[in-house]
Amino acid sequence: MSDVSARSRPTFVARLTRRIDRPLVIAFACIVALLLVGGMFSRSFTSPEYILLQLKVGAFLGIIATGLMMVILLGHIDLSLPWTITAGAMMACAVAGHGEFGRVAAIPAGIGCGVLIGVVNGVLVAFLRIPSMIATLATNAVAQGIMIVYTGGSSPQDSAPEAMRWLAAGWLMPGVPNAVVLWVVIGGATMFVLSRTTFGRTLYAIGNTERAAYLSGINTRAVTVAAFAVCSAFAAFGGVLLAGYASKAAQSMGDAYLLPAIAAVVLGGTSILGGRGSYLGTVAGAILITLLQSILSVAQMPEAGRQIIYGVVIAAMLLLYGRGKREG
Amino acid sequence: MNGLRYWYTENRGTIAAFGLFVLMFAIYLANYPSAISANVILTAANKAVLLALVAMAQALVVLTAGIDLSVGMMLVLTNCLASWLVAGDALHTALGIIGVLAAGALCGALNGVIIIYGRLQPIVTTIATGAVFYGLALLLRPVPGGAINDDLGDALTGKVAGVVPASLLILLAAVLIVWIPFQRSAIGRAAYAAGSSEPAAFLSGMPIRRAKFASYTAAGLLAALGGLFLTFFTDTGEASLGSANSYTLFSIAAVVIGGVSLLGGKGSAIGAIFGAFAFRSIGDLLFVFNVDALWQPLFQGVILLLAVTIGACGLFRVRNRLEWFE
Repeated sequence: MSDVSARSRPTFVARLTRRIDRPLVIAFACIVALLLVGGMFSRSFTSPEYILLQLKVGAFLGIIATGLMMVILLGHIDLSLPWTITAGAMMACAVAGHGEFGRVAAIPAGIGCGVLIGVVNGVLVAFLRIPSMIATLATNAVAQGIMIVYTGGSSPQDSAPEAMRWLAAGWLMPGVPNAVVLWVVIGGATMFVLSRTTFGRTLYAIGNTERAAYLSGINTRAVTVAAFAVCSAFAAFGGVLLAGYASKAAQSMGDAYLLPAIAAVVLGGTSILGGRGSYLGTVAGAILITLLQSILSVAQMPEAGRQIIYGVVIAAMLLLYGRGKREG
Repeated sequence: MNGLRYWYTENRGTIAAFGLFVLMFAIYLANYPSAISANVILTAANKAVLLALVAMAQALVVLTAGIDLSVGMMLVLTNCLASWLVAGDALHTALGIIGVLAAGALCGALNGVIIIYGRLQPIVTTIATGAVFYGLALLLRPVPGGAINDDLGDALTGKVAGVVPASLLILLAAVLIVWIPFQRSAIGRAAYAAGSSEPAAFLSGMPIRRAKFASYTAAGLLAALGGLFLTFFTDTGEASLGSANSYTLFSIAAVVIGGVSLLGGKGSAIGAIFGAFAFRSIGDLLFVFNVDALWQPLFQGVILLLAVTIGACGLFRVRNRLEWFE
């Protein structure tokens, strides 16, 4: 994109390499490499069952990362994910406890909580111009406070209704878990929205230069609020699915998803400064993180080693291709 | 603009934080159920100094328009390290303290090197290094344990001359040895300049890289000092992810309440210290008013939210809408 001289006489190879997204290729190459390394330990790593299981586990992370990606494309970040996930899960389970109507309304209620948190985030960021990092940290703390008061500090006793369990762990098509189907549907819709709709293109525009986007007549504040609402809705939906998977909501279920979600988006080549990134990259990032976690736990690495390798891999991959522009 | 008014404009955030702290602490003391003794002050000071050290560390980084999400992990890592090293006779204890501080500075320097020479964003870098620091802490202390030189621990968490809490003196020393020289040096001015406008600072030939490196390294050093203090209070080393995360969160909250702009270039570590004091007073206030401990996280969150919202009110004075997007 930046080299003008190369564009004057594009050779076939040059055109091809320009079309290929470098982070995407590296991320997919790492996935294959991880599978091969795992395959050396045990044959089961390359079996379809194992890969399908990883996709199922990765679907939760993938869905959460989908929403986060939209916010990161804007050049913002959402650190309120942990308690948005937990609030979505807890509220869905709580509503489900109220008879027949509750079971129907459970999933919409969970997602609704997410949307509420997202709208608050969006208003703080778009209208009050508070840096998103601190605004979402504050809403995270408030959401945590409300949930702790609500549950009395321990995990709630409500269990997830049948519908949530079916969505997260059931099988509609033989051989393909529902969570994977959901991820594919959501992912397809997101790719369409990001590349073919005004909303999607606006996200990129705001991420590149918000002033220019504003001067072009884009209602940047409404789009920002919408993006935060969508992000939190996906996070809460991810929480609903997680609660369905574990059959109940737990106090700190969301904590383990913030860093992996950010890592998945950033490893997939989306710039943390906004305006650049493809959804396929995020998919690759989510699968990569899930595989890495899985292989480290199969190799019976203790928690300490897992954390260290995890951090080193993220830093190393970012150093490979996530570097900012050289200044001076 | 005359000198006093200039000073006021420059330090408005710090003064506001100081006022907020004095107000909250006065309400706390006025409602304290029993007679106020030096021990009440001592307990309050010991709790506040720990957070103040971490907030200072965060402030140094935030001034350069960066952020350090690994500061809590560094605190926990140095806590675990101190529970191994700071023990035995006087010589071993002294060497141990130097070792712990050096380890903290090394962690901070690592952050700085990756951010400056790797040209990665501070937020993702410190998330990654934070995972590594936490992993190392777990490696050192898979289960909570260890001990610390008791005499030193008692001395530093006690009182000097029967009145002044020793921890406050250590905080004062940290300000005098780390912050004041930093602020007054060319490096420190470059850190402010880099936070206000990095391109302008670069074009003016300021030592941006050295300034950022110094900021991150000093942040690591201060976090290690905090880690040492945590060990003095608790007498154990514990690799707790929860406490690491909450110290990171609280440090950012303290910095914001202390009037340090997250966009960089504005504020001071002194403000962050009073921000930390004010933030710690919330818990004390809830205690004297007999609020259920369950409500404490909610109150802390709401106050944090209010603080950042009030900080955003300057927006309404903006005439030209385009200035929103700067």
